[in-house]
Amino acid sequence: MNWLDKFLPRQIRTDGNAKKNVPEGLWAKCLGCSAVLYRAELERNIEVCPKCNFHMRIGARQRLNHFLDSEGRVEIGEELEPIDELKFKDTKRYRDRIQAAQKSTSEKDALVVQAGAVMQVPIVAAAFEFGFMGGSMGAVVGERFVRAATYAIMHHIPFVCFSASGGARMQEALFSLMQMAKTSAVIANMREASIPYISVLTDPTMGGVSASLAMLGDINIAEPNALIGFAGPRVIEQTVRETLPEGFQRSEFLLDRGAIDMIIERREMRERIATLVTTLMHQPQPA
Amino acid sequence: MARWLTLTPPHFFQEFTMNHNFLDFEQPIAELEAKIEELRYVGNDAEVNIADEIGRLKAKSDALTETIFAKLNAWQTSQLARHPQRPYTLDYISRIFSDFIELHGDRAFRDDAAIVGGTARLAGRPVMVIGHQKGRDTAEKVKRNFGMPSPEGYRKALRLMRLAERFKLPIVTFIDTPGAYPGVGAEERGQSEAIATNLLEMSKFKVPIVCTVIGEGGSGGALAIGVGDQVMMLEHSTYSVISPEGCASILWKSADKAADAAEALGITSARLLELKLVDKVIKEPLGGAHRHVDKIAAAVKDALIAALEHFDAIPTERLLEQRYQRLLGFGHYQNNAA
Repeated sequence: MNWLDKFLPRQIRTDGNAKKNVPEGLWAKCLGCSAVLYRAELERNIEVCPKCNFHMRIGARQRLNHFLDSEGRVEIGEELEPIDELKFKDTKRYRDRIQAAQKSTSEKDALVVQAGAVMQVPIVAAAFEFGFMGGSMGAVVGERFVRAATYAIMHHIPFVCFSASGGARMQEALFSLMQMAKTSAVIANMREASIPYISVLTDPTMGGVSASLAMLGDINIAEPNALIGFAGPRVIEQTVRETLPEGFQRSEFLLDRGAIDMIIERREMRERIATLVTTLMHQPQPA
Repeated sequence: MARWLTLTPPHFFQEFTMNHNFLDFEQPIAELEAKIEELRYVGNDAEVNIADEIGRLKAKSDALTETIFAKLNAWQTSQLARHPQRPYTLDYISRIFSDFIELHGDRAFRDDAAIVGGTARLAGRPVMVIGHQKGRDTAEKVKRNFGMPSPEGYRKALRLMRLAERFKLPIVTFIDTPGAYPGVGAEERGQSEAIATNLLEMSKFKVPIVCTVIGEGGSGGALAIGVGDQVMMLEHSTYSVISPEGCASILWKSADKAADAAEALGITSARLLELKLVDKVIKEPLGGAHRHVDKIAAAVKDALIAALEHFDAIPTERLLEQRYQRLLGFGHYQNNAA
């Protein structure tokens, strides 16, 4: 809450309260320009605001549904489920957090992998589900990533990963840290086998995921205005004791500093990636 | 008694009487040691019994140390791992290796003093040694950035490891960092990419890599020089995905719960050995590594020599396959297909 909110009487505030007047599910508000949008139209537009082009966060399955051709998709690693090896308990038990996340997202864990095609170009695609414990990387995420990469190597097809994650999953403690080494090692195998690995960094990609699989793409792509970095902005602010510049750790900042190859809008992702990987693999341009 | 004295809380005085070579939980030992010192001081002009009394107190102090150290909790261990007198990488290098020649710089931006490295000999055999380096006094702490590397530090380490591979030198690393530096410049120069690239390349170097956690193993900043064929920990060092304070402030919403977080995260050498996340624990002298630096350095040296001898017998291809399988094996999950 900023200082203004404290002084404004309740009725004048526009955030939060305004939402209650909108019938559930029919309308949505753009998080960028606050325009009220027709929910169905926003979905057709892959959660990108038609008015201001703001890219809202999108679920893993919805992401893959839009990215991959609808024909011939196979899910990889769906048989894997997280377990609470350490009996980790903070204010809640990890077991309960897993159950709650599974219920709210209908996913078993924070990474969904599917083999399929993009414009009829065979491809393996993975997407992080940020709604599942902040897209955090634990053993299941690491193992599904490895299986996806191994599948790509076996079938000699490209691997595209959409990351959206707060980093390593604290509840799996050092096991989660080791997923950074595990996923990086399988990327090394892809490099040896000349398998194109395209990393798409979406909002937000931080910490252990950023410092492993997300920054290791042969091509690193970001969606517009995504927060991408190693340390979170608040941690940095506490360390350096100054306000961070506008746009710090955003896609455009990373492009400027040379950390990523390009920024691609969500609606153009399919075509641009299909063009890229076919060129890298000496295949004909997709129609 | 003067009025201000009666108003001053007791811990104000305790601050002055506390021996800062000892941690909070070691204060009973500190008191005994102070008594021994006192006796030694008066010893010269007193009766013969003093020597006996010192011996008796010394035995009592050792027994007390043993009792306290036998049941250290994770938070106490974490304090020991960060002890201001704990030996750092260069303390080990000077005691373990001969002919150390420090190499500097990442060839792109600058030399990061939070990571040191160079060529050296271990019992006569050429190796590349790399480690995080903390500072001892204030000026050095600042110079070394409290052992928190920037991207150029990791890139220097990578350069040295590539050099090691080309000249077939085994790589020996020492891990001791609160974490990679969370700063504006570090982000601008690609902290994430620097760490990630080290992880990727370390999985493939065609020479043995032996890593030892000597103090704090702080998350990705530690792992960035910690991927290897054998990972060892000193008994009172720690290794964690996040600092206990950081974890507490995120999950408990209060940094005061750091002790609970330390326990839950299982950051101690004994716990990590049990979970097979590290391969070996090197026992520390009574009271911790900083009490007998030569002794702990000798133990680390023995362990390193043994590790390298073990890997000598393994052909490179098998070494790499084992390293890969070791990495793939980390993490447990339920497989519903099985």
